[in-house]
Amino acid sequence: MVLIRDLAIQGAQMLLVLLLAPLFTGFVRKVKARLLRRQGPPLIQPYRDLIRLSRKEVVLAESASWLFRVVPYLVFAATWVAASLVPTFRTGLMFSWSADLIAIIALLGSARFFLALAGLDVGTSFGGIGSSREVMIASLAEPAMLMIVFTLALIAGSTQLSTIAQFMASPAVGLRVSLALALIALVLVAIAENGRVPVDNPATHLELTMVHEAMVLEYSGRHLALIELSASLKLILYVSLVACLFAPWGIESAGAALPALAVGVGAYVVKLAVGGFLLGLFETSIAKMRVFRVPEFLGIALMLGLLATLFRFVSTSF
Amino acid sequence: MSRIDFDIAHLLAGSLVLISFLELYQDRLYALLNVYALHALTLAASVAWQALIQDAPHLYVTAAIALTFKAIVIPLALHRIIVKLGIHREIEKVVGIGSTMLAGMGLVALSLVVMLRITHGADPLAREDLAFALSVVLLGLLMMVTRRNAVGQVVGFMSLENGLVLAATGARGMPLVVEISVAFSILIAFIVIGIFLFRIRERFDTVDVAALDRFRGERR
Amino acid sequence: MSFDALSGVLLVPAAAAALLAALPDYRLTARLNVVATTLTLACALSLLFARPASGRYLLIDDLNATFIVLTTFVGFTTSVFSASYIGHELAIGRLTPPFVRFYHAMYQVLMLAMNLALVANNIGLMWVAIEVATLTTVLMVGIYRTHEALEAAWKYFILGSVGIGLALFGTILVYMAAQPVVGEGLDAMVWSVLVKRAGAFDPAFLDLAFVFLLLGYGTKVGLAPLHAWLPDAHAEGPTPISAVLSGLLLNVALYALLRYKMLLAVNAGALAPGPLMVTLGLVSLVFAAFMLYRRRDIKRLFAYSSIEHMGIITFAFGMGGPLANFAGLLHMTMHSLTKSAIFFAVGHVAQVKGTQRIADMGGLTETHPVLGWGLVLGVVAIAGLPPLGIFMSEFLVVTSTFARAPLLALVLVFGLLVGLAGLFLRLNSIAFGAPRGPSAKAEASYVPMFAHLLLVLIAGVYMPAALVAWFQNVAGLLG
Repeated sequence: MVLIRDLAIQGAQMLLVLLLAPLFTGFVRKVKARLLRRQGPPLIQPYRDLIRLSRKEVVLAESASWLFRVVPYLVFAATWVAASLVPTFRTGLMFSWSADLIAIIALLGSARFFLALAGLDVGTSFGGIGSSREVMIASLAEPAMLMIVFTLALIAGSTQLSTIAQFMASPAVGLRVSLALALIALVLVAIAENGRVPVDNPATHLELTMVHEAMVLEYSGRHLALIELSASLKLILYVSLVACLFAPWGIESAGAALPALAVGVGAYVVKLAVGGFLLGLFETSIAKMRVFRVPEFLGIALMLGLLATLFRFVSTSF
Repeated sequence: MSRIDFDIAHLLAGSLVLISFLELYQDRLYALLNVYALHALTLAASVAWQALIQDAPHLYVTAAIALTFKAIVIPLALHRIIVKLGIHREIEKVVGIGSTMLAGMGLVALSLVVMLRITHGADPLAREDLAFALSVVLLGLLMMVTRRNAVGQVVGFMSLENGLVLAATGARGMPLVVEISVAFSILIAFIVIGIFLFRIRERFDTVDVAALDRFRGERR
Repeated sequence: MSFDALSGVLLVPAAAAALLAALPDYRLTARLNVVATTLTLACALSLLFARPASGRYLLIDDLNATFIVLTTFVGFTTSVFSASYIGHELAIGRLTPPFVRFYHAMYQVLMLAMNLALVANNIGLMWVAIEVATLTTVLMVGIYRTHEALEAAWKYFILGSVGIGLALFGTILVYMAAQPVVGEGLDAMVWSVLVKRAGAFDPAFLDLAFVFLLLGYGTKVGLAPLHAWLPDAHAEGPTPISAVLSGLLLNVALYALLRYKMLLAVNAGALAPGPLMVTLGLVSLVFAAFMLYRRRDIKRLFAYSSIEHMGIITFAFGMGGPLANFAGLLHMTMHSLTKSAIFFAVGHVAQVKGTQRIADMGGLTETHPVLGWGLVLGVVAIAGLPPLGIFMSEFLVVTSTFARAPLLALVLVFGLLVGLAGLFLRLNSIAFGAPRGPSAKAEASYVPMFAHLLLVLIAGVYMPAALVAWFQNVAGLLG
């Protein structure tokens, strides 16, 4: 009985994340539009886009290999698994033993790797530009992310997300400058990884300014639908990560009853709304950086992560 | 001394190191002065907090001096000097920003390791204070070394002084002599800086110290 | 506070500085300057006989009594030299009257600061005094306002400030080492208290503190590789300032290091400061000796000679032990006297020839016999030839090193010989050969220069037993 219940809750988490991802993307677009005094597309427009795309025919380039057809599924699978491992409304989920921060980074990293390969696969120059830029960003963002993970692990004593979230929710955490630095670094890394302004404009149609979009220029039909869904899942993953690590109030611990879980889900939706609003506000108020300045941007994130780790050593040596 | 006291002291001292890095990153003079003002402000807050938890009222004086002189008067005065002398407002660096930042990180790591290992038996608050103070001092030194602009070097020296003030406040019960001396050195240093900047600008039409290098006596 | 000799050495320069800043006529101020330094010397001499008790801020013991007398004496003779030198500078327009007022006032402030550093019992106060001394010399080095002078002053300011900062950090660390043992507050900064209780301090703290202090005050002593400010500051400032820098300020900084060395010696667990000082001393010696060869400016030449000799002195104190300490103390005294005498001569030479470039001056013994032979005597003294005093002290250093570390003694002798050869090479082109440059008569007083050289000669030939006993006593204090 317990097993089935746990399984159900875990499955609910997976479905929740999957269903909320396009909604979140739509919400962010709506916020940006409203801030620019436009009406903006309806909130459920991303769902419509996905359905429309999945019904369309796939057009493959002649030089596309088998990898090109397989990558959308791989990317979707990896991203969905990673997204469902992040505790959203409850810690101590059934698969939470595998919900290691480093495992999540590895999953996202492999997804990115395959996507970059797919961008190169067809042999167009724009695909090459996108892939090289994406990998350059990754080469700086991943060390920064690892530094953040180290900081959190040093504070909470484990890299398992459930443990960290529970520790953060407890009063033992205290006021720490390392956490503030880690938060800022995580936000910077999240912006870079998801290709949001100021690193990359997701709504651009100018190929020379693209990073993520340039890699997926050749995709169409259900492949494109999967890739767009993966992008939305990645975005919601990062927002949930920030929420779970730095705003863990409302996350129920294992063994909570059903009404409490509903409260947890409600808290999660509120956090998503706040996060989406802040993201939209931030994107609207800042201009996109030129590509050669992105390493500086990520260098800041790396440095903040390093500083956070170093400061941790100062506190833990007592 | 409770946990929260330590945490806030840690927060303020850590922010001071962070702002030192921000100073290293700047390449425009006005922005550098603003960041320095923030540096001095954080120092004042840190000293005031130490005064509170150490129950040492004379440290409030130091905090007030840091606030008025270093956070307000000196940046304003330097701002006026820059405007009046028409100093070239971009700061050239000796090495690129990436290497400078990496060197900075290395210095911070070094100072933390050295200070924490050496001060094994001391009071935790003093230990972390000294460790961060040494980091700020070393970062100030790095700034002095990697800047071509005389104003940049002077700001580096002043952040070095801020680090020293932080160290002095961490040392419990250090008498007023040191505080007076530090304040006094700011005053004299400022006068000297004023005279020099004026004269350097007058003679060289620039405050780029690379231009000064042409007149290095050894070359004659 | 009653007026005793101890406060006298401080109050007289302070009052004189205030007075000299106000008076306009240069002749009057020059004379007042001399009077003030004479009074200070008198106070210092009386300290040798009647010693007031040491307080929490000021302290007189055998070690700094020696230095106080030396400092005030050289300050006095330099003020005599400065009186005639400044007159010439005013006449040729290199200095203007407001600057002369500034110069005289700063001179007295410098004397005050050096005396305060020597008699301070509080390590914070000592730091403040050395810092004031550095700042006054920075202002005076730049007084001519030429490109080169400004560059020299700026470099001195930057390097000196960094040294000061590091020294302050070291001072704070010493306080932190003392605080658990002595308790918070003023007592933990009083040197006489510290030296009694230093055995109980945390050795690691003391080690780190000494490293910072060595770096900080070592910059002021002019030890290579921290010496970069020294040649320029000597060359571009007015010659009386070069004399005071070489003869006095370097000594005061080394004195500060010696105080801390004594502190470290009491603590068994602390690292031995000796090897560090020995290394820095040898490096300075050999480096400066080689640098003597290519110098084209006469003041720069003798600046490097100062670095060389401070290296020898640091080496001697690093070796430690009664003989080496005695040698170091003797060398410090002899070097102050000789180097200032040389700078007195050099100042007049530069004025007469109108330049500091060695290539533009020559045949000095022909055109200005008294000045020329005085300079020759000075260089012979500084190079370490018998029967002058420096030979004695160098000989003592070498023999005491041979007994303990023959290899180091070899390096020492090698450096000394290289330095000697370099100096004589340069001296040859200045003092002998065909006369070059203007040959106008020098309106100068040679008394200070010859007074110093006479003292050095006497010390080389016959040292009074009382003096020897005094130095031995102090050498014993140093451990």
